[in-house]
Amino acid sequence: MSAAAALPGEPKVDLAAARAHGLTGAEFAAIERILGRVPTFTELGVFSVMWSEHCSYKSSRKHLKTLPREGANVVVGPGENAGAIDVGDGWVAVFKIESHNHPSYVEPYQGAATGVGGILRDIFTMGARPIASMDSLKFGAIDHPRTRYLVNGVVGGIGGYGNCVGVPTVAGEVMFDPGYNGNILVNAFSLGLARREDLQSARARGVGNPVLYVGSATGRDGIHGASLLASAEFDAESEAKRPTVQVGDPFTEKLLIEACLEAIKTGAIAAIQDMGAAGLTSSSSEMAGRGGLGVELDLDRVPLREPNLSPYEILLSESQERMLIVAEHGREAELAAVFEKWDLHAVVIGAITGDGRWRARFRGGVVADIPVAALSDAAPLYDRPAAPPGRAPIETRPAAAVARPEPAAAMRALIASPNVASRRMVFRQYDSLVLSNTVAGPGGDAAVLRIKGSRRGLALKVDSNPRACALDPYLGAIATVCEAARNVACVGARPAAITNCLNYGNPERPEIMWQFVRGVAGLGDSARAFNTPVISGNVSFYNETEGRAIPPTPTIAVVGTFADVSLNIKHCFSLPGDLVVLVRTAPPSLAASEYADLFRVAGGALAPIDLVRERRLLDGLVECAQRRLLRSAHDVSEGGMAVALAEACFDSDRGLGAEIEPVATDGDAEAWFGEGASSVIVSAPAENLKAIRDIFAPLEVRPVGRVAAAARLKLGRWFDEDVATLRRLYEEALPGRLGRHD
Amino acid sequence: MKWGVVRFPGSLDDGDALWALRDVLGQEAAPLWHKEESLGGAECVVLPGGFSYGDYLRCGAIARFSPIMKSVARFAADGGLVLGICNGFQILCEAHLLPGALTRNRSLAFVCDFVDLRVENPSTPFTRAAHRGETLRLPIKHGEGCYVAPEDELRQLEERGQILLRYVDERGEATDAANPNGSMRSIAGVANDRFNVFGLMPHPEHAVEAALGGVAGRKIFESIAGAAR
Amino acid sequence: MRAKVFVTPRKGILDPQGRAVEGALKSLGFGAIGNVRVGRFITLEIDAPSRAEAESAVRQICERLLANPNIEDFRFEVDAE
Repeated sequence: MSAAAALPGEPKVDLAAARAHGLTGAEFAAIERILGRVPTFTELGVFSVMWSEHCSYKSSRKHLKTLPREGANVVVGPGENAGAIDVGDGWVAVFKIESHNHPSYVEPYQGAATGVGGILRDIFTMGARPIASMDSLKFGAIDHPRTRYLVNGVVGGIGGYGNCVGVPTVAGEVMFDPGYNGNILVNAFSLGLARREDLQSARARGVGNPVLYVGSATGRDGIHGASLLASAEFDAESEAKRPTVQVGDPFTEKLLIEACLEAIKTGAIAAIQDMGAAGLTSSSSEMAGRGGLGVELDLDRVPLREPNLSPYEILLSESQERMLIVAEHGREAELAAVFEKWDLHAVVIGAITGDGRWRARFRGGVVADIPVAALSDAAPLYDRPAAPPGRAPIETRPAAAVARPEPAAAMRALIASPNVASRRMVFRQYDSLVLSNTVAGPGGDAAVLRIKGSRRGLALKVDSNPRACALDPYLGAIATVCEAARNVACVGARPAAITNCLNYGNPERPEIMWQFVRGVAGLGDSARAFNTPVISGNVSFYNETEGRAIPPTPTIAVVGTFADVSLNIKHCFSLPGDLVVLVRTAPPSLAASEYADLFRVAGGALAPIDLVRERRLLDGLVECAQRRLLRSAHDVSEGGMAVALAEACFDSDRGLGAEIEPVATDGDAEAWFGEGASSVIVSAPAENLKAIRDIFAPLEVRPVGRVAAAARLKLGRWFDEDVATLRRLYEEALPGRLGRHD
Repeated sequence: MKWGVVRFPGSLDDGDALWALRDVLGQEAAPLWHKEESLGGAECVVLPGGFSYGDYLRCGAIARFSPIMKSVARFAADGGLVLGICNGFQILCEAHLLPGALTRNRSLAFVCDFVDLRVENPSTPFTRAAHRGETLRLPIKHGEGCYVAPEDELRQLEERGQILLRYVDERGEATDAANPNGSMRSIAGVANDRFNVFGLMPHPEHAVEAALGGVAGRKIFESIAGAAR
Repeated sequence: MRAKVFVTPRKGILDPQGRAVEGALKSLGFGAIGNVRVGRFITLEIDAPSRAEAESAVRQICERLLANPNIEDFRFEVDAE
């Protein structure tokens, strides 16, 4: 039996109040059982955020446990603020991807900006310096009235924050689909580098160790923001119920990065965690929980931005740019001096205790006294029913009986389609160069970073394929992992590990839970096949508007490693006369393709994916790179082989073209515009062909043409166009639809 | 020679400038803390890129008041070499060590890209390793790089040869289409009238290695190192 | 008629710009200042048959575009020429 007293004037706590906090009757009963009494209003708020879907993973945890998390290279798996892998020479790469979907829909600039800020803190809290960011963005149809506003806000926010904090944005993806008209996705990834011995933990230790608060003062920002918003569907009312929006302050974040990394070097930090969703509550209870200890907080000492915040508000505030640190006893002054140097103030607000309680004091009284375990390990877990939809999954758009377009016209339309056209107007707004590690930035198959003072390097890519996932959530998830891994292998890096952001609808609906369960199964099967453990991630449920869920969207980021980064491969052709070679695991199809979507033709069902052959393709690409057999490699994705060939011509500095022999039926849509199967277009000197064939055997390796000195793209007998003309279509499509930026 | 790279709160490319100078070009270079007044015996002071103090008021407006800037102003008055890159250029303008001002890009958007620059005056300590009309390919990355100055000031800058770099197209012409931010007269970099203070929006420190954006930026640093010798 | 519109960060909303300016002013020795908030000041001319109608139009302009209701408040003054 614990003691915590209600404050005068506090709202009454009963089942109705619990329900208004998003708790069920059973959950409220469990809270009363745990405490042996009715919770105070403050405690009710604390339980509601910690037991929310967002913080507790109560619907997903059972399934996430099935993912492969172990690997020879894994240094830190799921459970800390981010995962970490060994990348050689004593360096570890720390990375994670996280969603900020709902806040970005409500307030696109600040929502996206604080998404970037949050994921950066997850990285440097581990003791790693963030060196690269990526973003996966999903908007509604390009002609939807809100899309332009949302794109400008989200892209502005990512740039405004990332550019100002000095972490380059090196890759990403942008997709437009009517399935996101009422619920956009903003998934932010960040990667940091640390020396292995500098890695930090968020596991509290040392009874009596002081708890320090560092960074921005606490305001009423986003109370119940991430936790409640991300745990309930949108409706017309949510506009009115809007909590105070979190505003990002990248300047303070930059100071926090420098100060925290410097403070870590002192060795005076026992544990450190950022105050993210559910702020002070989650950071303090999670750190204590991991360490099997207790914590006591004195809320009167918390720096406030405005007077008269209640304990409830202080504990649930999601003000940005705040860190919680457990210091080694007696070394507080040493840490304070480091923070002062950076014009930040470290304030002792509590201490670690040995009694396993999470206790908060305010104006002389105890306002919350809860077993730590109840907020972390003992949170409810659900095994929600999952069942496929009654009818067979249908395509995202009904197939109208439209005749297939003439192939040359189809090619021009595809090049300019919103999901194929150049993303330059977006990535030009991001600093991709700061920190001097960017060997290949946005626009290629995967970003390539060098590791200074070493020959080693990293490749990063984030991908998703909601159309395939809508057709078949299991195969779609596999196709997504294959694509991200293939992009990384195309630049010559060996795929090493995965982080994921699983975006789905309301898990209380069996068909959504089924999508999720199948998606996790696909992710697990492919991650096992590629020996790429899933080391961190996040689940975003309730992506629905008025009962309509988004297409299932597992977003997959793959990080690959180079033993010698100078062996990286570009996606564009480099020498006239080189053979153009198609390497693929299976014949292409129009299922879930851009072609089927754009021209509204039936694409059919997804074909099964042979993961052994997919693995062969990845290994082959890496081996070819290591043996310097290729002069370019480019993944075939949206728009199929024809579009991939055009893209390989666009970015060649020498203004090259290509002449491709007729393939199968000339102009055949499946052959030229089909997707689905894993195909790669490589170019190489003719004398390397035999070695390439041997490496990829038993996959199909077929020379299809030559790189040409003249900047024309000739495809069989059906297409012959000036590369500059095509490129104009490619470059001008998005600015034309979304507004020009130059 | 000895270089000092100033670190303000919110400086971002300070590490890149140090990397380029020390690790790539083999120069002696050290960071200078904004709260200090000592320049540590530097023969050239670099004000790096970034968002000093978040650039929340006007770019460079707050940084110019830091203790180190008093020393930088004195150093410049004594003829010392000062190089301001991007945010450093903005700070030098705010501190009136360079003429003109930098305002929001014409597009109102941040732009990160590689641009071609034409060397307009190769007889300065910052450009002497280049020749007149030579094109340098350097990256830019800024939201407020639109150079503006009164018309008579611009005329004087032209007459005295203080305009050192202009944005040009692939044929070397200073066209409107090749101007990435709307700068008056396509100005990318200017010097003071004594030619010991130089500010530019492009980032030479991000173009010193062939594998990472080319080596055109070396021309600027090699000019300075040669000038001091 | 001429309207002056003042857009300021909403009360309780973090204002990084105001905070940075406040810090700079204090470091310049203006120790007595506090609570610096930075907003925007916009002037515009408007054709309207009456002051009341001008005010109603300006209010809409502010709500629709000039201020971001998520994070900003506005007030305005309308003067006859």
